[in-house]
Amino acid sequence: MSDRADKSAPATAKAARPARPKLPVQRTDGRGERVPGLRPLAPIVPKGSMSGQSLVLVIAIMSFLACLAVGAVSLVNKSAQTWQSQIAREATIQIRPSDDIDMEAALRQAQELASGFSGVRGARIIGRAETVALLEPWLGSGLGLDELPVPRLVVVTIDEDSPPDFALLQDALYQSVPNASLDDHRAWVDRLVGMARTTTVIGLCILILVLAALVLTVIFATRGAMAGNQHIIEVLHFIGARSGFVARQFHRRFLLSGIWGGVIGGGFATLIFVLVSFWSARNIITPQGEQASAFFGDFSIGLGAYAGVFAVIVLAGVLTALTSHVTVLRTLHDIDDHHADPGRLDY
Amino acid sequence: MIRFENVGLRYGMGPEVLRDVSFHIPKQSFQFLTGPSGAGKTSLLRLLFMSLRPTRGLITVFDQDIATIKPVELPLLRRRIGVVFQDFRLLDHMTIYENVGLPLRVRGKEEATYRHDVLELLKWVGLGERIHALPPVLSGGEKQRVAIARALIDQPEILLADEPTGNVDTPMARRLLRLFLEMNRLGTAVVIATHDLGLMDQVDARRMILSNGQLEIYE
Repeated sequence: MSDRADKSAPATAKAARPARPKLPVQRTDGRGERVPGLRPLAPIVPKGSMSGQSLVLVIAIMSFLACLAVGAVSLVNKSAQTWQSQIAREATIQIRPSDDIDMEAALRQAQELASGFSGVRGARIIGRAETVALLEPWLGSGLGLDELPVPRLVVVTIDEDSPPDFALLQDALYQSVPNASLDDHRAWVDRLVGMARTTTVIGLCILILVLAALVLTVIFATRGAMAGNQHIIEVLHFIGARSGFVARQFHRRFLLSGIWGGVIGGGFATLIFVLVSFWSARNIITPQGEQASAFFGDFSIGLGAYAGVFAVIVLAGVLTALTSHVTVLRTLHDIDDHHADPGRLDY
Repeated sequence: MIRFENVGLRYGMGPEVLRDVSFHIPKQSFQFLTGPSGAGKTSLLRLLFMSLRPTRGLITVFDQDIATIKPVELPLLRRRIGVVFQDFRLLDHMTIYENVGLPLRVRGKEEATYRHDVLELLKWVGLGERIHALPPVLSGGEKQRVAIARALIDQPEILLADEPTGNVDTPMARRLLRLFLEMNRLGTAVVIATHDLGLMDQVDARRMILSNGQLEIYE
């Protein structure tokens, strides 16, 4: 084997050396004046490929589901808080009838006593007509309260921020009105709080699962779309593009795809929230609307849920860009490491 | 410029496809790399281009041992090397003009600064009238000329061409050879992998012949 280092340029045998061609001078101002017919430079990563469109569609669908989950959790959480608040806002003084008390006087005494307690906003006696109306579904119309030993009620409105000492109120009532008992709805409140918290936790678990599905779907869809661009990464790499340059080309394109998919999905979810809220507001006065509002309030999901929708859109965009960035860097690493290592290739 | 010392290459657990290969490619030199199909020409070009690491031996590129080069430095070295791939590797969504200007674009140059050079080079390779065409509508020979123009656009210090005249007719092959010679005259070292004897006979240049994994050099 021979190798002489200082080989000079060859002499041509048959082909004559050409002179370097001279092109007509084109005057430009150096700021981008274009030769007629030259289009603006195409983006290095093409847009509008089939895999790119599929990616946008997948992200839109998953974002839509995630936004619906965010709205549902927000609605359940808000309704649960409302139930809890409504029950905790009131207590009831019940006075059992007996021969030795003047019921009306006892009611007034209990009302005055309760009203004077700190943490009590007011106390209202349920009048005779109202009591009859309350019992009508069970005992029928034309009920005479004096003929039956029906307990009478005083509804006490509580200051939720600084509720009264219920034990002290109970003792004071017992001292002045022996037939009175105080029901602070604690048992109901505790059960409702438990139910509300359970409902919210279940909703959050579903939300986490949907978000996890969103994350995984976006990652796999992005990697699928990236597979169609493998040759671009290789070409850029072999013509001397730095890793950061290549990654930037892709994550810009995929950030836009992710955000666009998120906006479509989030937009549709928001539209549904607005439509349901509008329907609820229109039907609140109907019996069905009343039943629905008893459970779900006014069906409005609040600013928190809209912030959640925005967060889902941002998440979809960032995740897509990040996945494409990582995929590009991994591909470049593979080209320089895995593909360049003959020990790992056998063909 | 590029030096191989006792370089060996083995894929996986297979036999050595290159054995004790030693040579030096000086500045402004011109050589053909030839040998029968499967002799390892493309593997040797990949080693020259640092897209493959040797199993053993020492390779220095621009006075740097490639075994110790950091990954972040590779793009800078590759910018000094022009490569014409056998399968062209053009980007189908870009016009000929955009494909040829791509190496300068990735170096961060403004289009206005390289537009004339790209147009001039495209005329030189006979594609001056097809600057708007996309690669899918080009013939094999036209694609090859675009790939050559892309490799030459930044006036590399060394040009590696894998069968650069494999898809063109004889007059065009001769014209492309003149282009390589002109680039060589202007300072670029050229390595052309080919088994086109007619092409090699046109130039009195060094011949590197690969056979059975070993390299013989005829000055």
